[in-house]
Amino acid sequence: MASASTVATRISKRVAIAVAPFIVLALVWQIASFGLPRYLVPSLVDVFWRTTDILTDWTQFRSALATAGRIMAGMIGAFVIGVALAFVMERSRAADKFLGPTLNFFQGIPALSWVVFAIIWFKGVETRILFIMIITTLPAFTFQILGALRGMSKDLLEMTLSFRPSRWKMFKVMILPSILPDILTAWRVNLGNASRVVVVAELVGATGGVGYELLQQQQLFDMAGALAWTLQLVIFVLVTQKIISGIETWAFKYRAQSERAL
Amino acid sequence: MTMTEPGSEARTVEIHFENVSKVFGRDEDGGGGFRAVDDLTLDIYAGEMVAILGKTGCGKSTMFNMIAGLQEPTTGRVEVKGRDPFSQFDWFRGQIAIVFQNDRLLPWRTAIENVELGLEMLDRPPAERREIAQRWLTKLGLAGHENDYPHALSGGMRQRVSIARAFATDASLLLCDEPFSALDEITANRLRDEFSALVRENGKTAVFITHSINEALQIGRRVVVLRRPARIALDERLPETLSRDEQDAMRARIQTILSE
Repeated sequence: MASASTVATRISKRVAIAVAPFIVLALVWQIASFGLPRYLVPSLVDVFWRTTDILTDWTQFRSALATAGRIMAGMIGAFVIGVALAFVMERSRAADKFLGPTLNFFQGIPALSWVVFAIIWFKGVETRILFIMIITTLPAFTFQILGALRGMSKDLLEMTLSFRPSRWKMFKVMILPSILPDILTAWRVNLGNASRVVVVAELVGATGGVGYELLQQQQLFDMAGALAWTLQLVIFVLVTQKIISGIETWAFKYRAQSERAL
Repeated sequence: MTMTEPGSEARTVEIHFENVSKVFGRDEDGGGGFRAVDDLTLDIYAGEMVAILGKTGCGKSTMFNMIAGLQEPTTGRVEVKGRDPFSQFDWFRGQIAIVFQNDRLLPWRTAIENVELGLEMLDRPPAERREIAQRWLTKLGLAGHENDYPHALSGGMRQRVSIARAFATDASLLLCDEPFSALDEITANRLRDEFSALVRENGKTAVFITHSINEALQIGRRVVVLRRPARIALDERLPETLSRDEQDAMRARIQTILSE
């Protein structure tokens, strides 16, 4: 059994390894800021204060929250529709044949094109952003959940079926626990995509949000502000990823742990 | 359905196969395909413990799946308790329990939660479920392992959990698809004895699919040998106890049929 000090050393080593790339990056940036104009590479101290400003000033923070809300609304919408489509595609070959190529086609359309379509099709800013968020993350959600449904263990499925469960019980006892790992992975992957798309969506027409604020910083030629607003989005993504990791740790505690890594 | 079994009093037919054939991968025009079961006719009576024996790929599992209502016959009629198990699938809730070749435990459920599975489908109250599951786990020597996840249990223990899961629902018909084939001989022997005792104690009808002659003779009070594709080559009722010589003779007879 490892002693407390060995465990502490191991943890510190892991933290150091995880943080090292960011420290190196920050150092390189800071050194560059000494020799280059401030409007190109601002000092990290400036960026830090701008970030603190945003986090402590309600009007600005609300803008950051608006973006987070748009990401979540879009992802929840895409997830709900994606789950429904995946179940339909799994049950019906005709639906699979029709929806599969359609979603593939949608995947090929750039986010910027959807922005243009949304401006033409919809009047309200929030409706436009919601549409863009849903339509850009929907194919990935659908395909990931469909893959999870198709990858369910046939043995376990037959075993559960042999008890003649109702549809709801089948879903609760067998389907949901089987596909949950893939659902969480889908959320992780799509969160990154959604956070990139939301900025593009907010650049056009929004009166608040990280995308809108970035546009303001660009017009003011304020690099520290641009970085500080970008950091808001990164912080949101990191916090959400951490929450997903927490859910994974709790939900998958049944998994066997191998002492040897891959 | 009640009918007279040859040489005995009237008994209820639990499982009825009538000219059943099952063809997989049949073309749309009805040609080709793989014939897994061919014109099979068989009656299994309530309270019988039948071992169905045959070589790998002889259609035993297909026959098993048709009894379980998981597959439909291509032609002919399968009835369990006088009903079609495929089209009246939900009617059999709580009537049939299955022990599979591998344990098929849900990895996200603890041992006791796995045993509770069938009871959950029957909408039994949580406290009653827990009490029944605990009783069966204890009976099968797994007291103290209730909260272990399947990955923490040995192969034998996992198969015991799956047997407990099957018995917990108190279904009158037990279907077993080579449940001990993945275990070592000593564990398998012990589990076979425990299983036979439990079936007798609880007055179940049991259909036991196997490819092992020794297992069929150890477990079955009636042995049905299938040729490929599933057709009856031998259907023999065995006495309660078989002498060594009788066992050897029966083993040799089955071996001859299987090697034909």
